[in-house]
Amino acid sequence: MSDPTGDGATANRPAETVEQSRAHLLRDGLAIASYALPVGLVYGLLTIQAHFSLLDVVVACMVVLAGGSQFAAAGLVKTDAPWLAIAGVTLLINARHLIYSASVAPYTVARPRRERAVMAHFLTDETFALALAHFRRIGRFDARGYWLAAAVIFFPWTIGGALGYVAGSAVDTNRLGLDVAFPAAMAGLSLGMVSGRRDVAAAAGAVAIAVPVGLIAGPSVGLVAGAVIGPFAGLALPAEPAVAAGPDAGEPETVPDATERAAREGLP
Amino acid sequence: MSGLSLGLIPLAVLMWLCTYPSRALPMLAPGIERLPAWAVAYLRLAGPAALAALAAVNCLLTSDQPPRLLLGIVPLAVAVCVVIVARTRLLFAGVATAVVLVAVARAVGYA
Repeated sequence: MSDPTGDGATANRPAETVEQSRAHLLRDGLAIASYALPVGLVYGLLTIQAHFSLLDVVVACMVVLAGGSQFAAAGLVKTDAPWLAIAGVTLLINARHLIYSASVAPYTVARPRRERAVMAHFLTDETFALALAHFRRIGRFDARGYWLAAAVIFFPWTIGGALGYVAGSAVDTNRLGLDVAFPAAMAGLSLGMVSGRRDVAAAAGAVAIAVPVGLIAGPSVGLVAGAVIGPFAGLALPAEPAVAAGPDAGEPETVPDATERAAREGLP
Repeated sequence: MSGLSLGLIPLAVLMWLCTYPSRALPMLAPGIERLPAWAVAYLRLAGPAALAALAAVNCLLTSDQPPRLLLGIVPLAVAVCVVIVARTRLLFAGVATAVVLVAVARAVGYA
């Protein structure tokens, strides 16, 4: 394959052999899996309050496979928000995957179209972070590495969601304080995505819009207003200069540092 | 609630339809992702904004009609969670602490 990164990576000797790099990927992946399982548990608990069935939870984890939007959808379902609003929020939250897919695309361009179409379904924050790092270490695409990266998030997330649902169904969630898990998880996840003052401004702007609009027009309208308008508060600030150093210096500047942070926190 | 209800499966499919194109288009049609810089910047900021709005709406507003501002142990517990996640980067630790805080407060009759 020609140089997939465009930065001359394949012109140099790969930093690790394929086997070494897969072992590296597995070590990193297990660390992610150890977070994905408990976060999946939290998701499973939250879906009880939104009146999901166990089948709904498992199907959502397998079909959507996008934790931030799944958490958001559970909150919106709980407040009886229209599905159109849930679709809009999902689109907004998951639009960042465009950036991940674009970063992986140079490595997968020679693969059959059908394989790429299937691979795309599993391109979560973590799969992206693990697979891209693996490809860069070996200087080319590796299907086994990609699927390993996908598996370490797909299975713990889905199993965690199901376990959380089953465990939570057996207890009084309000008495045990589990109703706070949802807003706490959302606040924590939002923080995990923050990597600079523009992100802070966007998050603060979203809260400043969502609460008053929610008081006037209802929580789901406030949420959508905050999510759509909030980013403009971040855009109003000047962009911070990109730090081009370390092993990822050759990656496009559009790859957010927050990706790896999200990966560490175990959210698909 | 039925463990085998199919009620929200169409919603999962709808969410997949809103997610999959972002994941697939650049891989299937390279070059399509070349968005204007402002659009890329907006997309990067949409994630934290949406989740922050979601947290705020869920811990600061009641579900009554019309909604009221909610103050008390729940927003406090969320704030504690934020501090813990900011210091440790461990989401589970933050959420677990918030849950324990609320459970204890309710057990002693504070909330």
